[in-house]
Amino acid sequence: MRDVAVVGFAQAPNVRSTPGTTNGVEMLVPILAQVYEQTGLSNQDIGFWCSGSSDYLAGRAFSFISAIDAIGAFPPIHESHVEMDAAWALYEAWLKIRTGEADTALVYGFGKSSAGQLRRVLALQLDPYTVAPLWPDSVSIAALQARLGLDAGLWSEKDLAAVAARSRADATRNPFAQVSGITEVTELLDAPYLADPLRAHDIAPVTDGAAVIVLAAADRAPEFAERPAVITGIEHRVDTPVLGARDLTRSPSTEAAGRAVGTSGVEIAELHAPFTHQELILRTALGLGDDVRVNPSGGVLTGNPMFAAGLARIGEAATRILTGQASKVLAHATSGPALQQNLVAVLEA
Amino acid sequence: MSTPLSAPLDLAFDYTRSLGPVLGRFAAGLRERRIEGVRGADGRVHVPPVEYDPVTAAALTEFVPVSDEGTVLSWSWMAEPLAGQPLTTPFAWALIRLDGADTAMLHAVHVPGPAEMSTGLRVRVRWADEPVGHIRDICYFLPVGAPDGPGTARPPGSAQDGVMVTPIQLHYRHSASPEESRYLRGLAEGKLTGQRCPACGKVYIPPRGACPTDGVPTVDEVELPDTGIVTTFCIVNVPFLGQRIPPPYVAAYILLDGADIAFLHLVLGCDAAQVRMGMRVRAAWKPRDEWWTSLENISHFEPTGEPDAPYESFAHHL
Repeated sequence: MRDVAVVGFAQAPNVRSTPGTTNGVEMLVPILAQVYEQTGLSNQDIGFWCSGSSDYLAGRAFSFISAIDAIGAFPPIHESHVEMDAAWALYEAWLKIRTGEADTALVYGFGKSSAGQLRRVLALQLDPYTVAPLWPDSVSIAALQARLGLDAGLWSEKDLAAVAARSRADATRNPFAQVSGITEVTELLDAPYLADPLRAHDIAPVTDGAAVIVLAAADRAPEFAERPAVITGIEHRVDTPVLGARDLTRSPSTEAAGRAVGTSGVEIAELHAPFTHQELILRTALGLGDDVRVNPSGGVLTGNPMFAAGLARIGEAATRILTGQASKVLAHATSGPALQQNLVAVLEA
Repeated sequence: MSTPLSAPLDLAFDYTRSLGPVLGRFAAGLRERRIEGVRGADGRVHVPPVEYDPVTAAALTEFVPVSDEGTVLSWSWMAEPLAGQPLTTPFAWALIRLDGADTAMLHAVHVPGPAEMSTGLRVRVRWADEPVGHIRDICYFLPVGAPDGPGTARPPGSAQDGVMVTPIQLHYRHSASPEESRYLRGLAEGKLTGQRCPACGKVYIPPRGACPTDGVPTVDEVELPDTGIVTTFCIVNVPFLGQRIPPPYVAAYILLDGADIAFLHLVLGCDAAQVRMGMRVRAAWKPRDEWWTSLENISHFEPTGEPDAPYESFAHHL
């Protein structure tokens, strides 16, 4: 089967709220134009389209249908959608190219989190019988996970603040970031708890945004990019949705996915960790040493567009190869509560 | 450019779910103030029960009664409770392992403040005053030895065993696109505003954020007349909830003169059986003082009596 490469990536600015519609068209049209420009492809040249978004975020059924205007869906196109982060849409597109059904694919994700109350909307992804009827919000669930690790001595509040400080400092070099700045760990620890034991800096901001990636069969990729980022491994796994049956201080699904793709020799890793302690869980699960540069973009702690953020991690990692800054990178995406579902990809020059 | 129109969008619906043998037995137990878990393939007792083993996926059938007292494994503080949560005053979320269980359940703990919470705290169930067979029969947990706190709202009941009703309420701020906003503002002045795609020249009403053929925003404004033709239609004979017009009546796609896309509206003012493809129609506007930013300003379309448009003139719009 053929290899697949990332040949283009663009993202909308990560912002607290946009005046636009929940169908994402206003955010998508400009970044689609960017990837056409980068790759020299037009919308007529794309063999397969796939997107990730959520009706619950938009508050209406089949919300992704309206987004399709942005890609020009007439005459008819081959198109699909996942109700997950668009990293999983990328997986579907990767399969289409692997199996020879398409030579090129365009993957996009978008989310207007600001339209509703995000942490409450996300309660609806929980078990609908015994958990969701209590409306536990996503921040509280992450806080329960964080305390398990604090109590077990796996990390300290200072460790968490250090992740936040590094992310914000890195984000000062990322023009798309929503949050950035140089901060001292001690200063961060003076902040009040937002959901004890989590402080504001431990929690990814509420973000509106979108991201687009163009994939091509590796044998054709040089037509569209000088230095394509070939996906040499991609796997996704899932842990039980029963929160109480999991050891929440670990991520077995990330571990299994990481083992399957092989993480040795990785220089840079973009990890999708919406909470500071989750970055530490992921680093351990993937066996990343101190020599691996984690989230040079600032990561989702500095901008977390729901349903696009995981795809953007793949885009950020691929960019390091496309621009010649690295030769082997890792990207991780998560979906669901407390790192339930995880995707790991390794890309090489 | 003026600010796009936006408005609150409040959604509410009840999920009515069948529970099946495992969760059904759990819910029935709650109604009798009993908690039952299920033994997993590895011998662990899962509470709440799971239908299939989280590791081996084997169907689980061995029920195990557990205590309504347990131990806090982890907790977080909910300083400002959100709508729908178990308590309206600040409380703790906790993962609680009931005595006799090996896994933890997520629920609320009612204590005055975070200083009263700790990992390892012993807690017990505060049962609802009138249990109905729902997870909300557990109002919340209390420290063992603490007096009963206030009861909470009665959990939603259901008309039959093995069924659980969960009300969902979500609140959004819905925004129209800049193009749609211009169209809606035009309607408030009795104008039908389309927009033209700069690439293919097609005129869309309502205008779109992007042309579905070219993927570029529609920009040039085009004022359209309130006359057009019926491209296709159906006669509604079926009564349904919320229906405003007595059936039979006609719902039709109306293609305004000069537009390249039809929209759905009503054709009234003639016998339903007389409506046909190609029929010329004109908008019947409501009185001006009832106009707002809505297509509802047009009450319906009615026949003009002009000769029908030939089929070939609209065949490509079907």
